[in-house]
Amino acid sequence: MRKASDSLHLNYTVITNIIEQGSKVLDLGCGNGTLLKMLVEEKQCSGLGVDINQNNVIESIQKGLSIVQGDIDEGLKEFGDKEFDYVILNQTLQTTEKPDYVIDEMLRSGKKVVVSFPNFGYWRVRFYLFFKGKMPKSRLLSFHWYDTPNIHLLTVADFFEFCKERNIKITKSVYIKRGKISKNPFNQVLTNLLCEEALFVIER
Amino acid sequence: MPKTSNSVGLTQTKYFNIEDKILLESGKEFGPIQVAYETYGTLNDDKDNAILLLHALTGDAHAAGYHDENDKKRGWWDDMVGPGKAFDTDKYFVISSNMLGGCSGTTGPCSINPETQKPYALDFPVITIEDAVKVQKKLVEFLGVKKLIVAGGSMGGMQALEWSITNADMVDSVIIIASTSRLNAQGIAFNAVGRNAILSDPYFNNGNYYGEEKQPEKGLAIARMVGHITYLCEEAMHKKFGRRFQYSDKPNFDFNIDFQVESYLEHQGKTFVDRFDANSYLYITKAVDYFDLAQKHGSLKAAFEKTNSRFLVMSFTSDWLFPTSQSKEIVQALIKAGKDVSFCEIESPCGHDAFLLEFETQTKIVKSFLSKGEDNA
Repeated sequence: MRKASDSLHLNYTVITNIIEQGSKVLDLGCGNGTLLKMLVEEKQCSGLGVDINQNNVIESIQKGLSIVQGDIDEGLKEFGDKEFDYVILNQTLQTTEKPDYVIDEMLRSGKKVVVSFPNFGYWRVRFYLFFKGKMPKSRLLSFHWYDTPNIHLLTVADFFEFCKERNIKITKSVYIKRGKISKNPFNQVLTNLLCEEALFVIER
Repeated sequence: MPKTSNSVGLTQTKYFNIEDKILLESGKEFGPIQVAYETYGTLNDDKDNAILLLHALTGDAHAAGYHDENDKKRGWWDDMVGPGKAFDTDKYFVISSNMLGGCSGTTGPCSINPETQKPYALDFPVITIEDAVKVQKKLVEFLGVKKLIVAGGSMGGMQALEWSITNADMVDSVIIIASTSRLNAQGIAFNAVGRNAILSDPYFNNGNYYGEEKQPEKGLAIARMVGHITYLCEEAMHKKFGRRFQYSDKPNFDFNIDFQVESYLEHQGKTFVDRFDANSYLYITKAVDYFDLAQKHGSLKAAFEKTNSRFLVMSFTSDWLFPTSQSKEIVQALIKAGKDVSFCEIESPCGHDAFLLEFETQTKIVKSFLSKGEDNA
């Protein structure tokens, strides 16, 4: 059986492939630093991580990474405009209190932003709600409605609309379905139905 | 003798003399200066494996091990310093010295003024954190150190920050624990109460109490009591003492000691008087109050632009004397200045004292930071 961690690992590989050699990266919600470590080792990136959880911070420091404990909802005030080549928010957007503010701040401090999230428009998620009548649970959405950190779930269609309204350019999209990258570029409606997880590179 | 396998064992305080006068931040010249220090571990051939530990307000050179076989008290950071510990004496040459103005072997107000052959008392010049660092630099050079790591908690963290700015080329890494780039008004206020207690003691005698039968013990004890309140927090005090009575289970209906917390403070005050000098307390708290990197360099960012070090900053959730917000100020300014920094706020119910108590978490973090991840503790 596939686990959420496999999918996360695929994510890491996708992001590592996207980011250019030697980039300066900021990884928001970096968890235990696995991705950042890959970027530092495989792409010789200089990087800084931010995470709110003490144990994640300690684990990242144990990996030899620079990491600052903090709450990304408080903004990225300490970072200058376009200070980073890439700001990464991997599988974390839906857990932030103010996703719009966080994205604005990322676009301010980074030349490019990598953002990924589980797609709430995925057909299995829709079917779960339709047939069971309960808040969907899946590999990527493994929590109960009452203990989930995912407080701002969104669909791919929501994200397209969000970017359009704010003049945010999507320069790269990667769709992931059941642990594999979907090669065929669907039309937007089908994409929203068929992709389980989406990853975008955005710019302003 | 509290012997443990990873102790540095018996240690000895040594002395180093600076014969020439040094120029103080106030513009005055001062000297000669004696520095009390201890070292643990061995300096390598490249002379770049040194760690300078910087003590807090009332600390001394004795950071690790014990002084004699019957010594009940280990050095003030013994949990963190020794073979295999956070500051690993198998790898590093660890140096600890008593601060300028102190009373544990380094020249301070209780030292004899060679010009008068009497203790300096209040003729001792007002000193600053920068002055203390200047003296430490002389010691480190005397020991042959070329590159070093500086680490300290509370006032020690202030000195570590100062080191990284004024000796940028020497300092490789900096560890700042429960500290600040400037004390807030509340912190200054508590220090002021402590100083006032000393200054208003009937036996203070304008600082000239050395050799007298009566000493300003009451004032110094009260200063320490105030200090201890600030080192704990509501939760720590509640856990430690609650509202429990010291001698019985009911009130005495007088003004002697009723509560355990009163007894604790009195004990802390009394034992402090035996080991600390009232004048030193005045001078050192003043140095702490004056420390303000933003004011001195224009801004905190401007201050940190002068450093070439990598930084580890740690704070504790229940520390209200040196709160997390002040550590974050340091971290944000370091990031703005483009410096390499890691920051962790450690969950602890111990208040400011946590930096001397929560050694397990600190050990993990410090070891990983120093080894850059190669030595996963």
